[in-house]
Amino acid sequence: MRRSVSIAVLTVTLAIGIGTITIGQNSLFAGAPQKPETSEVKIDNFSFGPDTLTVPVGATVTWTNRDDIPHTVVSTDGVFKSKVLDTDEKFSFTFSKAGTYPYFCSIHPKMTGKVIVQ
Amino acid sequence: MKRKAKDEILYDHNHDGVDRRGFLKCMAWAGTGALCVMSGGVLKSYSLSKLPEMSSKEGLGELSFVQISDSHMGFNKPANPDVAGTLKAAVDKINALAAAPEFMLHTGDISHLSKPEEFDTVDQILKSAKPKDVFYVPGEHDVLNDDGKQFLERYGKGSKGAGWYSFDKKGAHFIGLVNVMNLKAGGLGTLGHDQLEWLEDDVKHLKHSTPIVVFAHIPLWSVYPEWGWGTEDSAQALSYLKKFGSVTVLNGHIHQTLQKVEGNVTFHTAASTAFPQPEPGKAPSPGPMKVPAEQLKSVLGITDVNYVQGQHALAVVDSTLA
Repeated sequence: MRRSVSIAVLTVTLAIGIGTITIGQNSLFAGAPQKPETSEVKIDNFSFGPDTLTVPVGATVTWTNRDDIPHTVVSTDGVFKSKVLDTDEKFSFTFSKAGTYPYFCSIHPKMTGKVIVQ
Repeated sequence: MKRKAKDEILYDHNHDGVDRRGFLKCMAWAGTGALCVMSGGVLKSYSLSKLPEMSSKEGLGELSFVQISDSHMGFNKPANPDVAGTLKAAVDKINALAAAPEFMLHTGDISHLSKPEEFDTVDQILKSAKPKDVFYVPGEHDVLNDDGKQFLERYGKGSKGAGWYSFDKKGAHFIGLVNVMNLKAGGLGTLGHDQLEWLEDDVKHLKHSTPIVVFAHIPLWSVYPEWGWGTEDSAQALSYLKKFGSVTVLNGHIHQTLQKVEGNVTFHTAASTAFPQPEPGKAPSPGPMKVPAEQLKSVLGITDVNYVQGQHALAVVDSTLA
């Protein structure tokens, strides 16, 4: 009697496990092929907005300088570095690896932000 | 103090239709045109409108020079669509001084985007100035994209490192410092180890009575660190200058005139020849300030500095372009 209960529990557990995998696969491939994700950071009033941005792996982030003064977007760890961006100029970078990427404006280093890639 | 509901001109010092109250309203503490004479650490100031009445011994010394700053050639936004025009006006003002200054200091941000044609335009305009020698230090806008290579090629002959150097004029020792390179995230202006070592060595053998004039782009004192208006390691630089009786520090970067006296050191920031920036902390950001076109020249300017030999006093005069 005791043995059969154990088998029943195991069966239920397996079924839930398979179910979970199936649901996961469904959501992963729904609507495929997906467009790569793009995210925007606006530079206004000497600040990055949003100053912390979370994106999935493979996302492209585009920064736009909307100030009257030029700015740059430079990774603190040397991963990316824009040319100087005059008013309305843009810089894009595609994040292919998960991690936290702090960055700043090398002209106005008080301006800082980070991109979290998950 | 309660403000009057309606602004009216209480006293028109410069006969320009702008009184102190109105002027402060449109641009607080910009180059209002005061002559400041430092003597033993005490500042005396004179109104610009009094300059013609001043005796030569008050207003002139054995050495006079002009500081200009933040030309931002290439800037063309509404805050000033004609930065070439206002730089020319600054040169006219310099050329109109009673005694031609011996040389000029440019405390950086010559260009807006480090473009060759921007530097060319400034060079061309400054050629018409009576003083022929111009000593430069870079602003952060002059070293974009190339770590300052172009700046060094154009203006850095004979300088050390990123463009620092010193020279002597009539007994005064001038030191040009560079604090706009290798800026770190979240940080302020930086001089760096190599430059500090050079500075210590540069002043080591000077007599304590030698007047020292230090010029650099970003202020060497904490004007407003929240906006990056200060230099991380300036305290160490100033510690090498403690032994001197008279130290004057001339900076730009913040596009407004400010003065401070601390012990033997007088700090001074110059107005921009291009566009004004807001008073520290009085705006969401330090971006260009838009003022009505007819008031623009009253918030731009030049700084005229006189050194009177033997008195250890430097007279610092800010003139607006109006």
